[in-house]
Amino acid sequence: MAKSNPSEQPLLSVEDLHVTYDTPTGRVRAVSGVSFELGREKLGIVGESGSGKSQTGRAILGLIATGGLVRARRLAFKGTDLLTANQRTWRRIRGSGISMIMQDPKYSLNPVMTVGSQIQEAFRVHSKASKKEARARTLDMLRAVKIREPERVYKSYPHEVSGGMGQRIMIAMMMIPEPDIIIADEPTSALDVTVQLQVLAVLDDMIRTRGMGLIFISHDLNLIASFCDRILVMYGGKVVEQIAAADLDNAKHPYTRGLLNCLPSLDGGQDDLPVLKRDPTWLETPGTTA
Amino acid sequence: MATEQTLRGWLLAEIPQSKGQARCQRIFIGWLAFKRNPVAVIGLLIIVGLVAVAALAPWITSSDGLEPHLANRLVAPGEKYWFGSDGLGRDIFDRIIWGSRITLYIVALVSIIVVPIGLLIGTVAGYIGGWVDTILMRLTDIFLAFPRLILAMALVAALGPGLENAVLAIALTTWSPFARIARAEALTIRNSEFILAAQVQGVSTVGILVRHVTPLCLSSVIVRLTLDMAGIILTAAGLGFLGLGAQPPTPEWGAMISLGRQFLIDQWWVPTVPGIAILVVSLGFNLLGDGLRDVFDPKSGG
Repeated sequence: MAKSNPSEQPLLSVEDLHVTYDTPTGRVRAVSGVSFELGREKLGIVGESGSGKSQTGRAILGLIATGGLVRARRLAFKGTDLLTANQRTWRRIRGSGISMIMQDPKYSLNPVMTVGSQIQEAFRVHSKASKKEARARTLDMLRAVKIREPERVYKSYPHEVSGGMGQRIMIAMMMIPEPDIIIADEPTSALDVTVQLQVLAVLDDMIRTRGMGLIFISHDLNLIASFCDRILVMYGGKVVEQIAAADLDNAKHPYTRGLLNCLPSLDGGQDDLPVLKRDPTWLETPGTTA
Repeated sequence: MATEQTLRGWLLAEIPQSKGQARCQRIFIGWLAFKRNPVAVIGLLIIVGLVAVAALAPWITSSDGLEPHLANRLVAPGEKYWFGSDGLGRDIFDRIIWGSRITLYIVALVSIIVVPIGLLIGTVAGYIGGWVDTILMRLTDIFLAFPRLILAMALVAALGPGLENAVLAIALTTWSPFARIARAEALTIRNSEFILAAQVQGVSTVGILVRHVTPLCLSSVIVRLTLDMAGIILTAAGLGFLGLGAQPPTPEWGAMISLGRQFLIDQWWVPTVPGIAILVVSLGFNLLGDGLRDVFDPKSGG
């Protein structure tokens, strides 16, 4: 685990993060009191729909939907306080500091811009590179995410590429400014099972060779367990358990155990899968901290 | 015909062999959809005819339509003057043809002014929202609240009559619906995932507006523009009729009606022919706009 070296400053530290939305029917707490630190490691955030995992990711980027309010004791990226950051600082951090891979390439790529110009845009925002240089870098990047015929894909529009290819393009687009942290919000949920592993392999390869920190948000506990170093389990806006991926079988929290039990085991020996029983007291106990 | 058969086959091939072919196919399929609507085709023919006539004016006409020939005043339509001659003995046919250039000039200039203003105000208001939206939209409402011709008249009266001022006045009264449309489009686009993706990359607001929002607003604005052309032509003719637009002896259609209206009872053709010209051309733009909307609008199906 990356936390083995405590003297090193973490890339990202989040302390007591709250995200609330004021709606006509009252205040909705999307995230309440999440704390963690991230080094150059792969951190997985797992939880069911509405557990606040995506909102946590968005709060780190300062891109909460309008009407939302972010509060935290501390939210810092490499020593820069994000809570008091102005628009200019945010723009510098987004892309080149923290970036995000979104769920479905069908919606996250602009339909009327070519793939090449979209990838380039990210690069040219953060560096004063010439057009030619940006093009060369884009083609390199397309090759790095294992796209054959990068020249042809460069000129294509998003509807002309497949889902798996679209997601690799998305990875290329988010990686090209060389961010320190990548937030992957369900990056494989919209893809076929056969393509998922391929995309994950590309992602893993890029993270490892570039030494980035990854926050991998998913509802798929097994996927996260096999892909990440450390896991945060979220429930109802709180982190209920924090555990190393290798120790997942020894998870203590009943929610984590419940999630694990919901999956059929390959050895068989089980007729009915248990239904997850939710305990209201989980919401009252304060979340675990890093 | 063998060649046509193969060309059609090439245009409708299941698997296009090149990007160029795919592009031609898209245009061709759009044309097929457009062609199914005979009324729209009539509109297109009218507009093509208008442009052709304007471009070929020096070869079609026998005079520049400005020189008076008082000996030939008010000749009825016939062999010599197809559409008759007006109160100063000028060939109405020639004047109509030269007038088509002025009509196109007005339409083109107004479009060039109106589309960027409408897009700018609409996309900024829609994307940024908040008080910027409120201020810009109330401003738009003010312009929408005035009857178009009355506001244009007031502006021309302030600026002084003339073709250029008429164009400016029309543009100032026409941009508001475009801002509304662009805002409506921007409102739906701003919540798209790819806008979030651009924000995540650290693209500035201006960059997102110019590169991501505006191109997607363009198609509905263009359709609205073709539908609005008729209104622009009518306003221009109205200003010309009131003596606030193009000044005599310029053969502007509205001004021609105005000059001819004293002859309406006895020499009906003097004001009627330019009236028919205005009617046909604005009808043409409306029909074309309707057809284009069906082809361009992905939401209408087909």
